[in-house]
Amino acid sequence: MTDKPVMLVTGSRKGIGRFLVEHYLAKGYLVEGCSRGESDLKDPGYTHHSVDVAEERSVRSMIASITKRHGRIDVVLNNAAIASMNHILLTPAASANRMLQVNVTGTMLVCRDAAKVMIRRRYGRIVNFTTIVAPIALAGEAIYAASKSAVVTFTRILAFELGQWGITCNSFGATPIMTDMIRGVPQDKIDAVVNNLAIKRLGTHADCANVCDFFINPGSDNITGQVIYLGGVT
Amino acid sequence: MIDRAAALEIVKASLQEVFVQTGMPAPDSVTEETVLVGKDAVLDSLGVVSLIVEVEQRVESEHDVSVTLANDKAMSARNSPFRTVGVLTDHVVAMVAEESAA
Repeated sequence: MTDKPVMLVTGSRKGIGRFLVEHYLAKGYLVEGCSRGESDLKDPGYTHHSVDVAEERSVRSMIASITKRHGRIDVVLNNAAIASMNHILLTPAASANRMLQVNVTGTMLVCRDAAKVMIRRRYGRIVNFTTIVAPIALAGEAIYAASKSAVVTFTRILAFELGQWGITCNSFGATPIMTDMIRGVPQDKIDAVVNNLAIKRLGTHADCANVCDFFINPGSDNITGQVIYLGGVT
Repeated sequence: MIDRAAALEIVKASLQEVFVQTGMPAPDSVTEETVLVGKDAVLDSLGVVSLIVEVEQRVESEHDVSVTLANDKAMSARNSPFRTVGVLTDHVVAMVAEESAA
């Protein structure tokens, strides 16, 4: 078993996930990442898996591979998600189902299989990514927001189911950050959201790392079942 | 693949580990008839969860096969595949065979 802490970041190919991979590599973690596509990140501490988190068998194989090589998983950052901004009257069922599969079932599968490994060492930190568009009820994001609300509820209950094994489970909701996920959202929509925040600016990747640092700190062993939103959203 | 005797050893060793971890009282002897779920069970519900995870982890580390014992088929079966040590052993053998054939 490796002496270094091992972290899994889902949705690690680009955007927030990629930033977090590099952030934690710099802190000495062995980082495993996954996305549907290949990653161009080359680092001796990083291993990439081309995995769709909604596919049960693929997630299981990925976790088995990590366990076989490192013998442990200390931290999971469930960042992988898909969004599709659309009025509900124009939302196809297939689009809704796919968002629920990736955002909810995918999060569940990664948490489930990683927790089975964490249990061995009676230690684990799980951070599931949600969004402020759920609590602010942003029009046009009904299914995406609903899927992320599900993630928050799932995480709160997960905290109670896994707490006995020293595993903490928390959620984190970022304000809009300029990533591919929101590049197609009209600027006036983004401006309206930002103008209603307590801190009137876009989120940054560093904001995300800051919250993750807090949740995964070994000293945060009594912080579980919580959700933190950026920008003053509650 | 895994032979039944090896699977039985894994189930028994996992059960002993769960008794140690949970502090639940272990019976004088563990046989294939030892009840795991329901009336007269030697484990509570969380103990069963711990046992299933422990068996999965041992199968993976000792036989290099990753299985999910609580799959759709198992959870909807009329008779639980986790009922007794012997029934769970049969389930482990079947799941490993299924996974190996996939």
